Amino acid sequence: MTYTIEAHGLVKRFGARAALDGFDLSVPEGTVHGLLGPNGAGKTTAVRVLTTLLRPDAGAARVAGFDVVRDGDQVRRHIGLVGQHAALDEVLSGRANLEMFGRLSHLRPAAAARRAGELLDRFGLGDTGKKAVKNYSGGMRRRLDLAAGLILSPPVLFLDEPTTGLDPRGRAEVWSAVRDLVARGTTVLLTTQYLEEADQLAHRVSVVHEGRQVAEGTPEELKKTVGGDRVEIVVHDPADLPAAEALLGPSAQGDPDTRRVSAPASDRMATLTRVVQDLRDSGIAADDVAIRRPTLDEVFLHLTSSDRSHA
Amino acid sequence: MNRLTWAFADGWTVTRREFTHWGANPGQLVAGLLFPVMVVLLFAYLLGGGIEVPDGGYREFLMPGMFAMTMVFGLEGTFTSIGNDVTKGVTDRFRSLPMASSAVVSGRAAADMLTTVLALAVLIASGLAIGWRAHNGLAGAAAAVGLLLWLRFALLWTGIWLGLKIRNPEAVMAIQILVWPIGFLSSAITSPATMPGWLGAIADWNPLSSTAAAARELFGNPGWPNDTWAAAHAVELALVWPLVITLVFAPLSVRAYRNLSR
Repeated sequence: MTYTIEAHGLVKRFGARAALDGFDLSVPEGTVHGLLGPNGAGKTTAVRVLTTLLRPDAGAARVAGFDVVRDGDQVRRHIGLVGQHAALDEVLSGRANLEMFGRLSHLRPAAAARRAGELLDRFGLGDTGKKAVKNYSGGMRRRLDLAAGLILSPPVLFLDEPTTGLDPRGRAEVWSAVRDLVARGTTVLLTTQYLEEADQLAHRVSVVHEGRQVAEGTPEELKKTVGGDRVEIVVHDPADLPAAEALLGPSAQGDPDTRRVSAPASDRMATLTRVVQDLRDSGIAADDVAIRRPTLDEVFLHLTSSDRSHA
Repeated sequence: MNRLTWAFADGWTVTRREFTHWGANPGQLVAGLLFPVMVVLLFAYLLGGGIEVPDGGYREFLMPGMFAMTMVFGLEGTFTSIGNDVTKGVTDRFRSLPMASSAVVSGRAAADMLTTVLALAVLIASGLAIGWRAHNGLAGAAAAVGLLLWLRFALLWTGIWLGLKIRNPEAVMAIQILVWPIGFLSSAITSPATMPGWLGAIADWNPLSSTAAAARELFGNPGWPNDTWAAAHAVELALVWPLVITLVFAPLSVRAYRNLSR
């Protein structure tokens, strides 16, 4: 299998601290891959190495078939980068920004102007093209930033926390733009702290912890590593918590803060029916009873805490 | 097009960005151009009355000093715009494009030199309006302008290096304030001979003083009799100082730019 993004044993040190410490990654063509991890896990450093902005201390990486250290120029011709800050000229209009980046991507003036117009329309910024970027909303800036990363229709797009700091509406706008790109065959590497974002957008996810990939798989596969479905009761009165725990058996875990008790559920329907019946019989008032899959949050906490205990 | 042609084309694209800024923000441009004019008026009419220049008026003495000081204050513009691009991620975007990497710096340099030419033209015009004259003909005046721009060119590299190196806002503020004593600790406004001995010696050797004194000589404007070696060799020093500054800061700037990838 050929991979559009491939990294082997990347190491990047800043002084004594290793931001990347043997980082591996394989992303097949045309897929969205999420890098998931907390601040300081090494996600941004990985993106900066893969986009030729940083030179790795050890290891190797290829993007679109080109070595990021030896063929930097070729890599830059095949990628788009949308970094954490909207990297735009605040004084210029959206159109002028796109035209400038187009010219710097070596499009002829007419082609740069045409491309700027296309991208503004595609991201719903057609009628704001003359307004200075400093007067844009956060969501508009992000969309323009995304457009600036797409000037050469790059086959590989890097998105570094593309929705950090956006309101839910802005986030939805960016998500739909990314889905649209993937439908056109773009390979996307996305870093995020939001598990929901990885769950929504990514085909596969790498959990990054202390500069290494500690787990990789589809969101569903990763959720399975934590265990199967769980039954969950939210009791109305915190005093009922011990009774509800007893009802779910020895592996039940209760949390007084959220009035929530949960336990593994081997058979979804049978467990649900039994628990509802038992609650009624024992007279415990419940606000909610549900069977749910583990969230990526749980996967994440599970992986990073188990990794810490190994170290 | 080959690499070299692209380097020029990309540099020009980055330079043109500055012109678009002027168009979008004419107030800022005008304020920047009028600030030195205001300082001229301040010294010529408010403070200068108490300063006696041996053979000639204070305004004749003042203008070449203000020209040179404007070259030094231009440093702030360079390092502020370079620093802004680095912190806002615009430099990273440039670096992720298939453009000539030299263009980020050369485009900035060309834009700042053009801004300086404009600022100098405005200042010369306002000097002429308050009675300053160039007495040594066109050749002398052109040589003086050449030396002034040579100093500004050298300080471009200092500005680029500072902009790439200094990230935190407090340090930026400190440098913006430090430019002032460097500007005034010179022969731009008054004679170093009137300062306490050691301070006068520093002012005498300030590159700004050499360029100011050389410009006075070439424009045919009066100065104070000053028998220090530095004052006697102003034109030579006005050539050498910027060369030294360039030789130090141009390689440092190139290294700082390369180190963005470290």
